[in-house]
Amino acid sequence: MKLSQLKQGERGTIVAFTDLEMSVKLMEMGCLPGEVVEVERFAPLGDPMAIRVSGYQLCLRKNEAAVIIIE
Amino acid sequence: MTDIKIALVGNPNTGKSTLFNLLTGLNQKIGNFPGITVDKKVGFCRLESGRKAEVIDLPGTYSLYPKSKDESIVFQVLADPNNSSYPDVVVLVADATNLRRNLLLCTQVADLGIPMLLVLNMSDLAQKVGIEIDVNKLSERLGIQVVEMSARSNMGLEKLKTAIDNTSKICTQNSSVDATLFAPEAISGVKEIIKNENSYYALQVLHQHEYLTFFTPAQQEAIEHVEQSNGFVSSKIQGEETLARYRYLSTVLSNVIKDTGASRKFKVTDRLDSILTHKVWGLGIFLAILFLIFNAIFAWSSYPMDMIEGAFTWVTEVGHSKLPAGMLTDLLLDGVVAGLGGIVIFVPQIAILFAFISILEDTGYMARVTFMMDKMMRKVGLSGKSVVPMIGGLACAVPSIMAARNIESWKDRIITIMVTPLVSCSARLPVYILIISLIIPEENVFGVFNKQGLALMAMYLFGMLAAVLVAWVMKFIIKAKERSYFIMELPVYRMPRWKNVLYTVYEKSKTFIFEAGKVIIAISIVLWVMASFGPGDRFERIEQKYKPALNNPNQDQDHLQILISSEKLENSYVGILGHWIEPAIRPLGYDWKIGIALITSFAAREAFVGTMATIYSVDGGDEDTKTIRERMLVSVNSKTGLPVYTFATGISLMLFYAFAMQCMSTVAVVYRETKSWKWPLIQLGYMTALAYVASLVAYQLLS
Repeated sequence: MKLSQLKQGERGTIVAFTDLEMSVKLMEMGCLPGEVVEVERFAPLGDPMAIRVSGYQLCLRKNEAAVIIIE
Repeated sequence: MTDIKIALVGNPNTGKSTLFNLLTGLNQKIGNFPGITVDKKVGFCRLESGRKAEVIDLPGTYSLYPKSKDESIVFQVLADPNNSSYPDVVVLVADATNLRRNLLLCTQVADLGIPMLLVLNMSDLAQKVGIEIDVNKLSERLGIQVVEMSARSNMGLEKLKTAIDNTSKICTQNSSVDATLFAPEAISGVKEIIKNENSYYALQVLHQHEYLTFFTPAQQEAIEHVEQSNGFVSSKIQGEETLARYRYLSTVLSNVIKDTGASRKFKVTDRLDSILTHKVWGLGIFLAILFLIFNAIFAWSSYPMDMIEGAFTWVTEVGHSKLPAGMLTDLLLDGVVAGLGGIVIFVPQIAILFAFISILEDTGYMARVTFMMDKMMRKVGLSGKSVVPMIGGLACAVPSIMAARNIESWKDRIITIMVTPLVSCSARLPVYILIISLIIPEENVFGVFNKQGLALMAMYLFGMLAAVLVAWVMKFIIKAKERSYFIMELPVYRMPRWKNVLYTVYEKSKTFIFEAGKVIIAISIVLWVMASFGPGDRFERIEQKYKPALNNPNQDQDHLQILISSEKLENSYVGILGHWIEPAIRPLGYDWKIGIALITSFAAREAFVGTMATIYSVDGGDEDTKTIRERMLVSVNSKTGLPVYTFATGISLMLFYAFAMQCMSTVAVVYRETKSWKWPLIQLGYMTALAYVASLVAYQLLS
């Protein structure tokens, strides 16, 4: 399942990335495999989204969240 | 001379700038990094031992691999021991409430082999939310000094200064990950080329050598060759490195951090976010804040602006009466002083705008604005982060274009820079007001809406609309160099640090005066010369012509002087230029006098009212608008005998001012920000074309 498919308040654990270049940026920001993420909220127009990961709040676009595979 | 150079390095939102201000006070300046056009913040402070330290505040970044123009500075400085900013000691500033992510950069910097120490900033906040850090254990495991402090509440500064004093010239940090594992052959190859034994430095050079200017072309080529022949895939190796570093950090941090309920940290932020980024309230509150800013820019600044204008008028008057009359005095007062006044008058508006922007950024609200607006902005080829410069453009495009720096994607940034000057800035306001008062009757529609007010609002909307449309077109024309990202930290909400706000306002105003000032003064001197002299003996002939009348005491001398200066202007170089471009602007409904105003307005739009005042032979500026207005109203075209300022001409003229690039300072700042003449020239070209076509269509349809 992709992170972008989660609804507000749902959480999952990162297992893999489908995009190498993007995964580098995401990992630098603390989105590591094994890390738990929770969807905090969506922007008023439904995109981007804000997630809670490794102790802080991160926002990213849905197409960026779509490269994160979670379970 | 300073005894020691210190560089502050750290993630964004760690309070790095607060620490910088705390260390250096007002003893700071903006410089340039050699060869790079990004502002360098430098300050000075004295250590316990009496040594004088130069402190450099490097842009915030999450890793040594840059995502934006600002971030790329960090490695460029740390990579080059011959760079004048190369530090003796790196002070790595980390947010104690989010240590693990912050330490990623720390281990990268440590592996470069520069003496360093670690500051755990916001320690008080960490304790409050139940995060305990075993500082001694952490220090032992990293092999460097660790200082707990809180720059915001002025705690731990002395400890930091002592620690800087105690930092040895030899690196003490333990090595974290073995860089050679990622690309053994390539690294040993590069080591040979650059004559450096540090494996991690060699790895970084492999990744980033394209951006390093200090290697010789031969070295660059050799590095490129090593990269090719070893099949070096940059992003794959970056990913491996990041994973290895986080693995290392989990061993470092085991039994070092005790986190008992970090969720408390977000309680207030969560509650605020649910209102401030709410579907309905969120946008409503944003609009309300925008309205407040506008109102403040226009309402609060009028008083200081009047004072500045008064002061400059006073200086000019006193100067003319006290200094010996002559060419030099005229050049000094009517050229230089007038030019200076034209710049300084905008300082109040810029200060107010930057005070608001820095408050919004400091509290964490600006990050939410970009979060809310991103989808809408992306549709037209911009990014959520373009909102800040575009709002700022309503006051002045110059600082706003500088604010576009933190947009990571090159394409988003260029488009933002290209369209920001279309947003109607404060310099257009006097032009709009003068022309609207000429062509729009002061009546109400539907009993409540003032027609003139509606016209003014329409002009602002036209500007915004044009910016959006042009951005949308450019989205298809400009090729992206890299992907656009929107991976961004949403910091917790905090009270603004008023000292930081003051520093920002002071610093931006200063930069504005000096950077834009140089250009404006140069242009106003040129304009003054061109308006004060004419070719051949034209001026003398005018003086001859009026001589008999001047000697006649029954003639109104003041009126004669006005006639003389008016005729001189027509025969000056500027006047000849006005006549020369008249054929080109006649289809837009303008005569040669408007032509002169268009030419002088190229330096700065606000020159319009002043030029009109001179041309229509009225002394003084804004307070005489009414008389200029009356004269403009009754002025007729010498060829057709019809009034010049018809509804069609007025609309055409306002559209021209709305779209044309008539601002030398903006051209200069775009050049400075893009580092080439290509973009300012394209911008000048497309905006002039847009202005011409819009005015032509409007005039031809309306007349």
